[in-house]
Amino acid sequence: MSLGPHADFIIASYALTAFVVAAMIAWVIVDYGAQKRVLGELEERGVTRRSQRETQS
Amino acid sequence: MALIDLANPTRFLTLVNRLLPWLAAATAILFAVGLYRALGAPDDYQQGATVKIMFLHVPAAWLGMMGWGLMSVAALGTLVWRHPLADVAGKAAAPIGAAFTFICLVTGSLWGRPTWGTYWVWDARLTSMLVLLLLYLGVLALYWTAEDPGRGARAAAILSLVGAVNLPIIKFSVDWWNTLHQPASIVRMSGATIDPSILVPLLIMAAAFTLLFFTLHLAAMRNEILRRRVRTMQLMQAQKFAEAGA
Repeated sequence: MSLGPHADFIIASYALTAFVVAAMIAWVIVDYGAQKRVLGELEERGVTRRSQRETQS
Repeated sequence: MALIDLANPTRFLTLVNRLLPWLAAATAILFAVGLYRALGAPDDYQQGATVKIMFLHVPAAWLGMMGWGLMSVAALGTLVWRHPLADVAGKAAAPIGAAFTFICLVTGSLWGRPTWGTYWVWDARLTSMLVLLLLYLGVLALYWTAEDPGRGARAAAILSLVGAVNLPIIKFSVDWWNTLHQPASIVRMSGATIDPSILVPLLIMAAAFTLLFFTLHLAAMRNEILRRRVRTMQLMQAQKFAEAGA
């Protein structure tokens, strides 16, 4: 596959898009882990939401 | 599960946890097929190989606009119906829509240099797309800087509805004004003007990017629901400490 005389522009476009998409995927994965960790710590300390208490009782 | 049950965040989370692995797998498969077809597509008779940038630029433009459309519907849900998940949906869509709008602008610029001889012109299509990115940044600033999340959500919802005016301006800018940007060649009353050898890979890439958008959006909504639970529990803990100290 030849990208012709403007290969730099094509490669830069694909590289930038791959970077932004990878950053978005990393953002949702890291954020999910962070929220689950804090929730776990709060639950370990005995903090529960009202709806959780109602379910448990 | 009835649709109304999804208004309950816990039931919504259960559904999202089930759906996400399937959506992620379908997205990866569509991208594999789309990239294979896109990179193997023939060169354009005028633009040569630079037409390959279109397979990124056009889907990103569509999704940048779709993201704002989604936020506008969510804004109605927040302001009119007060749906519990509406603001979650709007807030989760904003950074993803902003990212796609950014991709559209930068790949468009990189496509413009070899095609038009310039990275940027202040024509109506390019400028209205830049305005969309600035609107996204405005909504994100409202969400991130508001001390009271409820007030931030209402302000962001109002900006989302006002900013929806920009969507038809983007779409019809190439018809209403003289622009360096080409007129519509895919979504038009008389049908697409692109040869199927390029149109088919473009539509597969558009489907792949759309699935990616919804996968990321559902994952970001799940994170936002958890973040709100964390905030509620931290406030309850603080209240307990305050009562114990009094």
